[in-house]
Amino acid sequence: MSTGDSGTGAAGPAPQSVSQDLPGAPAPAAKSDTPKNDGGRSGRNQIRREQRRVLFASPAFIIGVLIVLFWIVAAIFPTLLTSAGEKEFVEAGPNSKPFGDSWLGTDSSGWDVYTRIIYGARPILIVAPIATALAIIVGTLLGLIMGYYRGWVDEVLSRVLEAILSIPVILMAILVVTTFGKSTPIIVGTIALLFVPAITRTIRSASIAESDLDYVTSAKMRGESGLFIVSREILPNVVGLVVVELTVRLGYAIFTYATLAFLGFVGANVTDADWGVDVAQQFNQIVNDRWWSSIFPATAIASLVIGVNLIADSIDKALKS
Amino acid sequence: MTTVEEPPAATQHAALSIDGLEMSYMVRGTPRAVLRGVTFDVRAGEAYGLVGESGCGKSTTAYAALRYLPGNGHIDAGTVTSDGQELTAMSNRELREFRARKASMVFQDPVQAVNPVLKIGRQVAEAFEVMGQSKSEAKVSALHALERVRIAAPESVMERYPHQLSGGMLQRVVIAMGLACDPTLLVLDEPTTGLDATVEAEVLDLVRDLRSELNSAILLIAHNLGVIRTMCDRVGVMYAGRIVEEGTVDEVFDNPSHPYTKGLLNSIPRKGLRKTDRELFAIPGAAPPIGASLPTCTYVDRCPIGTDLCRTDVPPIVERSDGHWTRCHFPDRIGDVPEPDEVTVDYDIGTEQIIGVNHVSKTFRQRGHDVPALVGVDLGFAEGETLGLVGESGSGKSTLAKTMLGVHEADEGGEITLRGRTMAGKATSRITESVRALSMVFQNPDSALNRAWTVRRILQRSVVKLTGVTGDAADRRVEEIAEAMQLSSRHLDMRPRQLSGGLKQRVAIARAFAGDPAVVVCDEPTSALDVSVQAAILNLLARLQNEERSSYLFISHDIGVVRYLSDRIAVMYLGRIMEIGATETMFEGVNHPYTEALLSAVPSVDGIAEDRIPLVGSIPSPANPPPGCVFHTRCHRAIKGLCEVTVPEMVELSPGHSIKCHLTVEQLKEPIHIDTDAVLAEPAALDES
Repeated sequence: MSTGDSGTGAAGPAPQSVSQDLPGAPAPAAKSDTPKNDGGRSGRNQIRREQRRVLFASPAFIIGVLIVLFWIVAAIFPTLLTSAGEKEFVEAGPNSKPFGDSWLGTDSSGWDVYTRIIYGARPILIVAPIATALAIIVGTLLGLIMGYYRGWVDEVLSRVLEAILSIPVILMAILVVTTFGKSTPIIVGTIALLFVPAITRTIRSASIAESDLDYVTSAKMRGESGLFIVSREILPNVVGLVVVELTVRLGYAIFTYATLAFLGFVGANVTDADWGVDVAQQFNQIVNDRWWSSIFPATAIASLVIGVNLIADSIDKALKS
Repeated sequence: MTTVEEPPAATQHAALSIDGLEMSYMVRGTPRAVLRGVTFDVRAGEAYGLVGESGCGKSTTAYAALRYLPGNGHIDAGTVTSDGQELTAMSNRELREFRARKASMVFQDPVQAVNPVLKIGRQVAEAFEVMGQSKSEAKVSALHALERVRIAAPESVMERYPHQLSGGMLQRVVIAMGLACDPTLLVLDEPTTGLDATVEAEVLDLVRDLRSELNSAILLIAHNLGVIRTMCDRVGVMYAGRIVEEGTVDEVFDNPSHPYTKGLLNSIPRKGLRKTDRELFAIPGAAPPIGASLPTCTYVDRCPIGTDLCRTDVPPIVERSDGHWTRCHFPDRIGDVPEPDEVTVDYDIGTEQIIGVNHVSKTFRQRGHDVPALVGVDLGFAEGETLGLVGESGSGKSTLAKTMLGVHEADEGGEITLRGRTMAGKATSRITESVRALSMVFQNPDSALNRAWTVRRILQRSVVKLTGVTGDAADRRVEEIAEAMQLSSRHLDMRPRQLSGGLKQRVAIARAFAGDPAVVVCDEPTSALDVSVQAAILNLLARLQNEERSSYLFISHDIGVVRYLSDRIAVMYLGRIMEIGATETMFEGVNHPYTEALLSAVPSVDGIAEDRIPLVGSIPSPANPPPGCVFHTRCHRAIKGLCEVTVPEMVELSPGHSIKCHLTVEQLKEPIHIDTDAVLAEPAALDES
């Protein structure tokens, strides 16, 4: 490093008459040579910092983070947010109206709706992120490989993915659950499987675009292996897209899990707190004008999905800024 | 900022009159100045050119001439007047009317200027319907309009969709649409930049011919000085949002009075300049970004003759001769602008052949058809030699490069040799020594450099992969190479997008030299760069070659650049080498008819008008090459009954100079004159599939 610096600083010393040629050039011009000239390692950080500033300045992002944080706390430390137990009969008795003896009312079993919602955050926040992460890993891998190698690998995998896409979500869930049971790993796997095709398609098209660029040609000319090109050359250039996919899919995964829970395809015992299950158990109370025991858990589902989507949108915008 | 004084030569009722125009763009909440008082007139029937490096405000001026402003653009001061009407004061409705009836604009990329789902006839007719013609009248007018832009078989062209026409043909169509309203003002923004040299020449011929038919004022924006010289009456040289010199093209290009104009002219290889004569002049530094604070002379930071006065006082407009003025404090000291350095090194070329391309063919399979992209190519590279490769797009230049570098595998029967030993076809199956021996510099550094990597990592990977050096030694090697490219260690930790175009190309060149290659393939390495940056890159390439003893395969469409750098030149057409010879010999005269046409197509900054030999039609599809000599369909010297039947052999005319042609030297020497006005542009045959 110490020798490199003298190159630009002293401008003229080059013996072979190349003084005109210097990009960093004589003192007066040096200022305008590179627009972002605080240089050094901070170059990359500066872009990151800029993006982070845009992100943190966005109210949508802040609101999204607050909502999601709230549910994460609820999932990990439910006792911080409620003193009652998950299956504890509270004093208000069954079917108590909200904003009275109990804040969000009680359901037909006499359980506190608020407490059930707090405890119900856990299953959804375990299944959805794991399923999404799994889908992202598999989808990114497949997408990169298909986009880089093309040819028959791409053809075969594309048909398989289209086949998966063509099966309706519910049908797929019924198929899997009746075959393999309702254990949590199976549910995680099912949701992941459902999401892989869409993620793969997005990453594949980005990977095709990257593969057409000359830096990939250059790597091939250097004799780099396909594995190196895909993992070291192309992947870093699609990582922003992966992050966006991750957040967007997480929103969908939350919704999908809630749907499966509502339909009774998840392993949870009906007495266990679970938003989807609770909505399913209580929604017939609406006809008796007891709307709160199902609408509030449904609102919880919606709030989490919205929170995640707010984050996803803000990240997308920040990366594009 | 105050405008100094009125430049001379203001006439009443100019077709376009821009006066003291100041414009800024709103970027992240702050206005950034892009035009700093632009003043010029274009009279009816006159062609006015604007030249300058990218970012100087040429295109902004072009758009401002029609008051087309982007959403974040704002006129801060000044007026734009056309034929006595003030555009800057018009309502939106009046402005629309003006653009519809009085002015037209032709853009750089004709593909984007037409609607891909409408037939050509419909689109051209639409331009006339806007003028109030009925559908049937408009159709007849459209047909005439296409005839006017010298398109043969306009009826058939009208029935085609844009994708069925070549770029040059489409640009003709766009010009035809632009002329529909018989405009008072025609603005051409880099109309030939994306086109091949031969097509460029055709389009320029067309515009020149049309000028005499029309009474329009033409505002031509181009970065190519040769185009401006051959097309325009007067020229304005723009720098950082201000015109720094104006005058007739002959005056400005032959007697430049502003240090910037002089620098630009010195940076291009002209008058047959060769690397053995002298270096090119690279203007030091870079153009200021838009919005930079430039209170006095905009050029002072890069000016070789500037003094303190230039930093304290705004330079006055100094008239040099009638209508020729410059904005400089010291126009009489223009002679003090340093001339480029004399070359002191010897470019000696080895005798041993390092890399041999022996009868290499490459056939692609496409939809069940064989498409021969390369046919029996023979080339050899001696140590330290530059072989220039020219030809139109689609002639197979890049395929040859990629086949040499092992991206494509050559067909059976051909081989690429390194010091006499045959290399494997694919790069992945080549031994490291062979991989190292060949490297490439691409046209577009944005695409060629991994934008997620730092410069250091880009160079390091090539060093490690190609030379096997690791750890501290590799780090040292990276810094050595970077220093040789005049990149500082500060640049090493940056990412490509933080670097300017010229610096990026230096990184790409550094990478190409990481493995001490025997041959570096340079595929249009400077065509994406401004001329002053191009000069620096060409100097660098010449110097590196001399130090590293590498050979170059230098692919370019710019004949001047090829001539400057190359020791030998090969001409390619439809995947075949048609002519090869030493650079001096190639420019002395007897050439293959294809070379003859290529060379005559170059718009020269020296303004020497030579008889141009037009190339009729476009290059045939390699899937279906013409029988006999592949060039006979477009050859102005073809002999009936011979050329379309028999494939010509390579004939050696003099030692080292060979052509693939049936004609004798005497026949080739016969002068030929073709009236370019009479030549119509044939649309290419439609693909059957």
